[in-house]
Amino acid sequence: MPQLVMREAIKKGLEEALQNDPNVLILGEDIGAYGGAYAVTDGFLDKFGPERIKDTPISEATFIGTGIGAASAGLRPIIELMSISFSLVGFDQIVNMAANIRYMSGGQIDVPMVIRAPTGAGVQLAATHSQSFETWLAEVPGLYCVCPSNPKDALGLLRTAIKDNNPVIFAEPALLYGTKGDVPEEYYEIPLGSASVVKKGNDITLVSYGAGMKVIEEVSTILDKKNISSEIIDLRSLSPIDYATIGESVKKTNKLLALDTSRRNGGIMAEVVADVQENFNDWLDSPIIRIGAKDVPWPYNKNLESNAYPDPNEIVDEINNKILNL
Amino acid sequence: MANEITMPSMGADMTEGTIVKWLKNEGDKVSKGDKLAEIETDKTVVEMEAYNEGFLRKITSSEGSVVKVGKIIGYIGEMDEEVPDDVQEDNSEPKAEIKNVEPEPEKTLAKDESNNDSSKSQSLDITLSSDSVQIKASPMAKRLAKEKNINLADINGTGPGGRITKDDVENHVPGPSLISSNQLGKSQNISLDSNDIPLNSMRQAIARVTVRSKTEIPHFQVTVEIDMTEAMKMRADINEDIEKNGIKVSVNDLILKATINSLLKYPKWNTSFDGDKLISHSSINLGIAIALEQGLIVPAILDAQNLDLISLASKSKDLGNRARGNGDPLSNQELTSGTFSTSNLGMFGTHSFTAIIVPPQSGIIALGEVKKEAKVVNDDIQIRQVMYATLSADHRVGDGAEGAVFMKEFKDLLEKPSRLLL
Amino acid sequence: MATLKQEKNKKTSKSSKISIEKREMLDIYKNMFLIRQFELACGENYTKGNIRGFLHLYIGQEATAVGSISNLEDEDYIVTHYRDHGHALARGLDVNRSMAELFGKSTGLSKGKGGSMHLFDAGKKFMGGHAIVGGQFPLATGLALACQYKKTGGIVVCYFGDGSTNQGTYHETLNLASVWNLPILFILENNKYGMGSSIDRVRAGGEDFYTGASTYDIPAAQVNGMDVLAVKEATKIAVEKVRQNGGPFYLECKTFRFVGHSLADGQKYRKTDEIKEWEKQDPLIRFPEWLLSAGIASQKDIEKINQEVNLIVKESVDFAESSSEPKNSEVYDDIYK
Repeated sequence: MPQLVMREAIKKGLEEALQNDPNVLILGEDIGAYGGAYAVTDGFLDKFGPERIKDTPISEATFIGTGIGAASAGLRPIIELMSISFSLVGFDQIVNMAANIRYMSGGQIDVPMVIRAPTGAGVQLAATHSQSFETWLAEVPGLYCVCPSNPKDALGLLRTAIKDNNPVIFAEPALLYGTKGDVPEEYYEIPLGSASVVKKGNDITLVSYGAGMKVIEEVSTILDKKNISSEIIDLRSLSPIDYATIGESVKKTNKLLALDTSRRNGGIMAEVVADVQENFNDWLDSPIIRIGAKDVPWPYNKNLESNAYPDPNEIVDEINNKILNL
Repeated sequence: MANEITMPSMGADMTEGTIVKWLKNEGDKVSKGDKLAEIETDKTVVEMEAYNEGFLRKITSSEGSVVKVGKIIGYIGEMDEEVPDDVQEDNSEPKAEIKNVEPEPEKTLAKDESNNDSSKSQSLDITLSSDSVQIKASPMAKRLAKEKNINLADINGTGPGGRITKDDVENHVPGPSLISSNQLGKSQNISLDSNDIPLNSMRQAIARVTVRSKTEIPHFQVTVEIDMTEAMKMRADINEDIEKNGIKVSVNDLILKATINSLLKYPKWNTSFDGDKLISHSSINLGIAIALEQGLIVPAILDAQNLDLISLASKSKDLGNRARGNGDPLSNQELTSGTFSTSNLGMFGTHSFTAIIVPPQSGIIALGEVKKEAKVVNDDIQIRQVMYATLSADHRVGDGAEGAVFMKEFKDLLEKPSRLLL
Repeated sequence: MATLKQEKNKKTSKSSKISIEKREMLDIYKNMFLIRQFELACGENYTKGNIRGFLHLYIGQEATAVGSISNLEDEDYIVTHYRDHGHALARGLDVNRSMAELFGKSTGLSKGKGGSMHLFDAGKKFMGGHAIVGGQFPLATGLALACQYKKTGGIVVCYFGDGSTNQGTYHETLNLASVWNLPILFILENNKYGMGSSIDRVRAGGEDFYTGASTYDIPAAQVNGMDVLAVKEATKIAVEKVRQNGGPFYLECKTFRFVGHSLADGQKYRKTDEIKEWEKQDPLIRFPEWLLSAGIASQKDIEKINQEVNLIVKESVDFAESSSEPKNSEVYDDIYK
């Protein structure tokens, strides 16, 4: 099976869409002449022309809103934000316009657009460039929100997001752009709102998404050495959340650990944990633990940032303290 | 005025009863027929019914008090009806007189304070101890323990923090830790469950009744061997016919009929000793000993003298069902008006046994199993169905010869069973 | 005769001949009167509790909406701010369903889910009614981008008030519209007050806005917003320019609202003298006066229209009152497609 890095997988999905649907266009800062801050749209300007690959001025509110306006008039724009942190500048447009306009018009107006943005901490970009607002955006009714953790999921989810007639937030873990993975040759799509069981196990369920999957894998490896078999679930979709898949796993393992790499407070895992506690309580053989990054602004210093980020060994300690004797 | 509730008479010889438990609280709505309280008599514990509608306005005799039959134990009426105050109708130790004395202020204050302190410290103690008693168990463990009927307090938790986990529950072996060794010659380490077994009120009543019976009634026994072959054949024939109607005659039904017919011929055994006389009864209320989970009861088929074998079969089956809780509950009459009883342990493979007479009856027949034995019949050895019946009789009512004659009749009836159909 | 002040590329002022045709004039009067009566009915029903939330009435500004929208075609989009009833009615949105929307009924344009500030009619390309000040600018930009991309020949008219010119999106949009040469007609309804803030208190740059459009290389003009024929003529020229050049145009209409910012406004920030002065220019007085004095229409014509309009407005209130509330289950509808 061919292998792509996640950046290439996303590029492939965008290219496909531009080729197949003349109504698709991409707007964003430096996505054209520069080739994209993370090189996802490299070469697109030459291939598709300035009408379809539009470099915008630095004005998130306006170019996000432009995408909304274009979508409501029948185009299928894809907006690229240089960082999901910059969504804050255009938050009003995303939430009050993109998410609300269908409802406020009683269903008259659709917004078939995708907002793609790199997300997450880990490379010392400091407090304003290291955040993960896919969690905040997942709360908003009217938006869908997904975050792939591997090239295969990235391509499958992107295809679905572009075709969907609702505004979709497509969060791309910046740390994972260069990670390689199998990507099937034949065409496939992954539905929004579906989690995936990445590894089957019996003793404990570990759930995360995006960059958190790397941390989870390390935790799982440590547990394997202690003869604890873990079941790993990739949430993939923050809105809607696939509670059923997680619940089925908890029914089997009776134990759950949920990991955010965003700050712990208000992370999407709070929703997962609340749901399992409420609807699968009879199968819980221990408290559920929720792990996230420290609730601090992201520091520049390497060690401080690294310490704020969830650590596999600390997670295993927590499991030992509260869930399972290891 | 509200209606009086009095201690009911639940048996000819009942003089007093103990209120075991009130089933309604003061202020509760009461409909006719509602069960008001559990009353314990010498023989058993019976639930007394309300004969009036309204509200249970007042309880004047509390749980545990012994009250003479006919005395007031409470009042039922409408909310606006008068209820007399301060009725001392029970027979417990007379209540201490309530004196209206003005307490000396200072002294009582100090007393109150110290009371408060002690009660405070008491409540503190209680809180502490209840904390230490809290059991940590996961939701799943709790659910499993409930399903398996295991007390969480019996389980040792091995999860983090001493939490009881699913595995702890699943691995738990309940009951006394009786360890048996398969290897001979090895020293054994058997430990029995040394915890006290509490007795419910029915068991305590049975204890009292049987002690009384054995203390007061001079028992003698007469045992007869009965050839049941003909009776069993006749029973099979009858059942072939009547089964389609949903009735079956059991072996015990034959026994009951034989007992009734024997009593009709020898009515002395259907009386109760009363010092200078025997109290005769106008009917034969035939008691059948029935073993329930809670204990033994001996309810009676009333007016059994009027029943033919088929009716008797139907009634005895109904009595058994109702005793086990399927259908209307047994009435007080059925529970307390027996005049003679039978007890059958045949289903347990019992050869024979002796029963204890249920006062104030005069006798009880104990029956063992019907079993094939080799018997001499007309100088031949044949295989016959044989059953052993033992009469326990009150010697104050009749002597050994009278008992023997009675049992001969009983035996004959079963050995020539066509007479049972009369 | 109306005069038009033009900026950019034309230093001389120019006056143009406006064609007068009775039917058209009476329609203009009817549209303005409809807005006036509709707004008065809204105010009344607000005090009765039938309309709730915020209510921003267009009374006094009718000439701007009617004069400008009369030049638009079906393929043109309209985007406006929260004081949107006038634009909605001028565009021909159903009067009954508009009033029903204000009443929150299920028969409303948005099934009762939008309310006064969010009137929409996708079929008529009336894309709201927006409550976030300046929120409509990017939307207009996107609609214009689509017109350009799909080559529909349509343009976008974006209405906004003087207060919104201080929002970031105003500047960003003017910039982007100019850089991408988008077909947007920006129509500023300068009524001198952003809620309670007079222009001089919140804006650096004086009382005239159209001059600022040159910063973004956008041609601009200013017109008397109380004079419906002037607005009509000015917009006609502006619309032609946008359609021809394909780029933006900026038209400032100087107008005034006779009522408070919303029904809750006690108007402590301006003097009654000022209001009275502007009321002398009430288009609903001046225009019919002119029609009569110029012999274009008779008193009977005017009265006939008045009666028609009053009936329309009354029927819309009746319709709204008798319409049913949305079902509780509908709260989950229309979030996603």
